[in-house]
Amino acid sequence: MKSVTLTVSALAIAAAAPAFAQSRENVQVAGSSTVLPYASIVAEAFGENTDFPTPVVESGGSSAGLARFCEGVGENTIDIANASRAIRDGEVETCAENGVDEIIEVRIGYDGIVFASQQSGPEFGAFEPSDWYSALAAEIPQDGEMAANPNSTWADVNGDLPEVEISAFIPGTKHGTREVFEENVLLQGCEDTGAYDQMVEMGMSEDDAEAACMAVRTDGASVDIDGDYTETLARIESNPDGIGVFGLAFYENNTDTLKVATMGGVEPSTETIASGEYPVSRPLFFYIKKAHIGVIPGLKEYASFFVSDEIAGPGGPLANYGLVPDPELADTQQKIENETTMSEEQS
Amino acid sequence: MTDATASAAPDAAPRRGKSIVTQDTNTRKRNAAEKRFQTYGMIAIGIGVFFLVALTWSILRSGLPAFTETAVTVEFNLSQEQFDEAESQVLKTAAYEGFFVRALQAQLNEEGAGDVQVEEDAVGRIMGNVGSQIREFYRANQDQLGQEVSFTVPASSRVDRYLNGALSREDLTNSRFLEPEDLDIVDRLVDSGVMANAFDWTFITGTDSGVDNPGGAGIGASVIGSFFMMFVVLVLALPIGVAASIYLEEFAPQNKFTDLIEVNISNLAAVPSIVFGILGLAVFIQFAHLPQSAPLVGGLVLTLMTLPTIIISTRASLKSVPPSIRAAALGVGASQMQAVFHHVLPLAAPGILTGTIIGLAQALGETAPLLLIGMVGFVARQYPDGLASGLLDPNSAMPAQIYTWAARADPAFYEKAWGGIIVLLVFLLFMNALAIFLRRKFERRW
Repeated sequence: MKSVTLTVSALAIAAAAPAFAQSRENVQVAGSSTVLPYASIVAEAFGENTDFPTPVVESGGSSAGLARFCEGVGENTIDIANASRAIRDGEVETCAENGVDEIIEVRIGYDGIVFASQQSGPEFGAFEPSDWYSALAAEIPQDGEMAANPNSTWADVNGDLPEVEISAFIPGTKHGTREVFEENVLLQGCEDTGAYDQMVEMGMSEDDAEAACMAVRTDGASVDIDGDYTETLARIESNPDGIGVFGLAFYENNTDTLKVATMGGVEPSTETIASGEYPVSRPLFFYIKKAHIGVIPGLKEYASFFVSDEIAGPGGPLANYGLVPDPELADTQQKIENETTMSEEQS
Repeated sequence: MTDATASAAPDAAPRRGKSIVTQDTNTRKRNAAEKRFQTYGMIAIGIGVFFLVALTWSILRSGLPAFTETAVTVEFNLSQEQFDEAESQVLKTAAYEGFFVRALQAQLNEEGAGDVQVEEDAVGRIMGNVGSQIREFYRANQDQLGQEVSFTVPASSRVDRYLNGALSREDLTNSRFLEPEDLDIVDRLVDSGVMANAFDWTFITGTDSGVDNPGGAGIGASVIGSFFMMFVVLVLALPIGVAASIYLEEFAPQNKFTDLIEVNISNLAAVPSIVFGILGLAVFIQFAHLPQSAPLVGGLVLTLMTLPTIIISTRASLKSVPPSIRAAALGVGASQMQAVFHHVLPLAAPGILTGTIIGLAQALGETAPLLLIGMVGFVARQYPDGLASGLLDPNSAMPAQIYTWAARADPAFYEKAWGGIIVLLVFLLFMNALAIFLRRKFERRW
């Protein structure tokens, strides 16, 4: 008998639950795992320094975050999407179809992508984008034809590199980092080695040639890492010859186990990335749903807190953790102040 | 049998090679096979024990440092002007930290007169994030402004790892976060007793912290999150599961339809948990508009996952009650329902409880479905202030918190993740022990 009463009351609770889903008081953020560390620093400081509750920041990758962002407007959708790449036109369209037509784009700074190997492993020293293209491309033009990549050691690629098996751990396709890696390293290397021109001469269209440049070999020499940088680190630790792609901040936190190689002759650091000397860096963004400003308490305050000079500027906690400050931070602050959406920016 | 009767017969002469004193080849073979089988069994158990010991050892070795912290105890004096100045800034906690670091720097330079001057940046690198603790103290105790107050604040995570032996002086190459020279100051502080190892209560009672502040991270809030989820699971899954199994076992007619239900319940028990997660996202969040990251939704999802386990174990324990009990109750005039609730159910209760606790323990360690309903990430930031807020405010759960920590860049968080595993295992051990205790205490055999 008791059990029946319990069942009835439990069902009643379940049915009544939506009724007491009160209005949300905290900001909800989701998206890029590269932006997550910075967002969590800001969220913690925001909760400690203001009277608003601490925002909730979820991970999951840029694409997943933007997809959730574009689901629609309302309290059960997220307010902010973090992204380690700019939003794509297709995503803007999806957003608009679901009623999210006013989006504010906020650039928080820059992040460097570094190439690091085990502290006690072989001395890679210096890389050029062309080395990475020749090492990782699926097919390379040879004698007027596309042939499977013949290189098996780094020395095959470039005589100055050590004679060790090619074993690279690169970010998987769900990461925004992958896009930057493909464009700034593989495509660049493809053009530098002249492979791109050869492909075009061979009669490929420009788009096909670009796609061929960025196609990564699948014979095991290159491994896609879909998890976080800690997974890449674990792979490197168990493979002395392995070389991994990391964010600058992650590398700087783990200098006791990792050593970094230069790219294009430039050592990655906050300074070389800010000056643009280091070739592989990308801007980091977050996107705000303007319709939620004024509805979700603390949303605008969180955004302005994030890009304030004290937080995102030089010497602030974000720069201290490894973010390269944006020299145009003042414009971004102004943009949040005026709530300028992306469509207003373009017109 | 033939052997026994043959040797038992008094007059029969013993057959050649069939003495019971000496073993024949066949017996030796059979005995050897048994010995071998026993050895295989012992080897199998030995391998199991070896892995258990290795696992426990590695968990304890990596996780125990998470329970201690390196703390610095110093006298600190904050003036009213400094308080007002800090409160007027955007990043107030950083201002407090600046005052504290400069005060400690001055104190160090005063003590070590004649030595090399200690730089402000070096002190900043040695100390963890102390601003928030100092700000909270002075906001609550404004009368203490201008007086000497003794503060015990955490040192940075790298100093902690250096004193634990996890980081050596040689490892500190090219690190912005701690330089080899800073370790001289650390050694001095340890010698003078200002810096000491202490039990880290924050780890037990605290909430999650930003990636630059591993010293402030604690598992407390996510333990509460897990507790609320288990509460929801218990309140929903136990009555629904027990009612369903009683009906199926005692009342339902045997036909194609109930067969179909039975097969589906068994199948449901084997469905991967991530499937329940995506179902939860679609039904509870997108359709029913329940809040994201809420333990209520987590509990509902885990209820779906636990239900089959509870139904199966409840039906098994109902089946194990002898039919004579039911027959006796019905024979003295009890109705079917009275027979079940007065006689069968109490006898099956220990088995039901055991099944429920095992189901809860399984749900407690589940991470995958929580990924999809927003409980993984920087979530567990505050303690709920009541039942409703505990169910509806964003929170995380223990396994989700461990997963989040394991993905962070600072190696100190990796240590915290191992520490979190110890806490989780303690809870699981406790629940399993409770299940065994209940079974031993109330179990009846026929």
